[in-house]
Amino acid sequence: MNRSRARYWSYIPLVFLAIFYLIPVYVMVMTGFKGGNEISIKEMWNLPHSFDFSNYKLAFEKLAPNLWNSLNVVLPAAVLSSILGSLNGYVLAKWKFKGADIIFPLILFGMFIPYQSILIPLVQVMDKLGLYGGLPGLVLVHIIYGIPITTLTFRNYYASIPNELVEAAKIDGAGMLGIYWDILLPISIPSFVVVLIWQFTQAWNDFLFSVVLTSPKNWTVTVALNNISGGQIVPWNLQMAAAVLAALPTLLVYIFLGRYFLRGMMAGSLKG
Amino acid sequence: MRNKKEKWLAFLLVSPSILAVAVFVYGFIGWTTRVSFTAWKGMIPDYTFVKLQNYIDLFTNNLRFQIDIRNTLIFTVIFVFGTLLLGLITALLLDQGLKGEGLFRNLFIFPMAISYIVTGVVWRWLMNPAQGSRLSGLNLLFHTLHLDFLNSLYTATPEWGMAFIAIPAIWQLSGYTMAMYLAGLRAIPDELREAARVDGATEFEIFRYIVFPLLRPVTLSAMIILGHMSLKTFDLVIAVAGKQLPLDMPSINMWQTTFDAHLYGSGAAISILLLISTAVLIIPYLFFSLRKEGQQ
Repeated sequence: MNRSRARYWSYIPLVFLAIFYLIPVYVMVMTGFKGGNEISIKEMWNLPHSFDFSNYKLAFEKLAPNLWNSLNVVLPAAVLSSILGSLNGYVLAKWKFKGADIIFPLILFGMFIPYQSILIPLVQVMDKLGLYGGLPGLVLVHIIYGIPITTLTFRNYYASIPNELVEAAKIDGAGMLGIYWDILLPISIPSFVVVLIWQFTQAWNDFLFSVVLTSPKNWTVTVALNNISGGQIVPWNLQMAAAVLAALPTLLVYIFLGRYFLRGMMAGSLKG
Repeated sequence: MRNKKEKWLAFLLVSPSILAVAVFVYGFIGWTTRVSFTAWKGMIPDYTFVKLQNYIDLFTNNLRFQIDIRNTLIFTVIFVFGTLLLGLITALLLDQGLKGEGLFRNLFIFPMAISYIVTGVVWRWLMNPAQGSRLSGLNLLFHTLHLDFLNSLYTATPEWGMAFIAIPAIWQLSGYTMAMYLAGLRAIPDELREAARVDGATEFEIFRYIVFPLLRPVTLSAMIILGHMSLKTFDLVIAVAGKQLPLDMPSINMWQTTFDAHLYGSGAAISILLLISTAVLIIPYLFFSLRKEGQQ
């Protein structure tokens, strides 16, 4: 009795915590709405007098090429690395060849390395291949370094499918590719959503690969945003509007597909 | 016969990925290791073998690297401890079946979806160290609420500036530990707590002697994942602080040493040390996670 009433006190710390998590969003979104005559820092916590969209418009004009670059990198990278991950996961779960159990952890290790440790040869190789500075090179890099996590997620999912299902299909004369195409691929659509969302978010938010591998005209949105906010020249309300625009795509994905996002997050710590 | 052919086909299907990882992860690590043993300075590769000289120089003759080690330690301790604690608190608060639980849960996790750069840009403004008439950001908020004792210089604090960069990092990742703890809490059978209650245990005792020990594996996993993330921290520091020597990290040092100063040998050595420190955490973790999975 006592206990069930006591738990309502929990709302007090929860509300304070909610404020802590929301403060940056409040400041970012509201400052973005403030017009040029309102950017006095004395008033930074006040609500804007009116909703002025001009910062967002200006920020969008500034960032549009970079948002486009990001989209052009992230979409193919997410789709292709998901397909590769699905094939790898299928083979590593259901068609284990000799050494598969050694190869799997070796692949996994690739998602934990600090990418600094591969950066020097990466730049050299990209340069040799004529991919340095451009977007296709960045796509390739995201696909390759995405293989570990996508393989992991799919392998864990396919491993949870009973082997009897595969064996029965084999008896019915289905081949390796047929079993994948007709049986496992259709039931792994939710896993595809998880992996696509995760790879989309990771690649969209990437900074290191983009800053090292792309030339200024090919900068993705994170690099461009960092560049805008790096100096003192760009006013705060414009910086905040730009930050909102850079955050919006992944945030929308989270709002609408949060359930899948969470599963990707857990898979990343081998808890899928 | 047919089975054998299928097995070959299966192997063929994964071989491009295996090859890519072999080259881009292991081949490249090998190459970086080689560079770290050379005298390569400048734009043109120079593979003159200098043994461990680059490593020795980092530890004996490089003030910046000493700052990096110190900053990594400060950041890691505060970030890992803070993220675990906040995640545990939020998980415990939400594990009571309250109304609105889903809303709070989503609210605590959403920062995970945002890039470190966005987080850094906003928090840099919030943690503006300006004082007096130029008071702004959180300091201004504290002043308005008559909480001036909370006023801080944040990242401009001498010696301890790095500790404040852990705050946005905690903000961003505590939702992750919360989700892990919530899953851990939900796995504890209610009967266990009921039995303790019947025996007269207080809620705190139940937490201290039953729940908390059962959460130990979750804590350990989270510690390893967060610990290896904090070693690699790069974008957040750049977005909050730019590239300042007092707020340097090995990842930033490597980047500037290699691509700005063109000291490839030294940059490679930093990155290999970074790799070793991550591997020390991750390899045993991978080993035990996969072995446990094999037993199930």
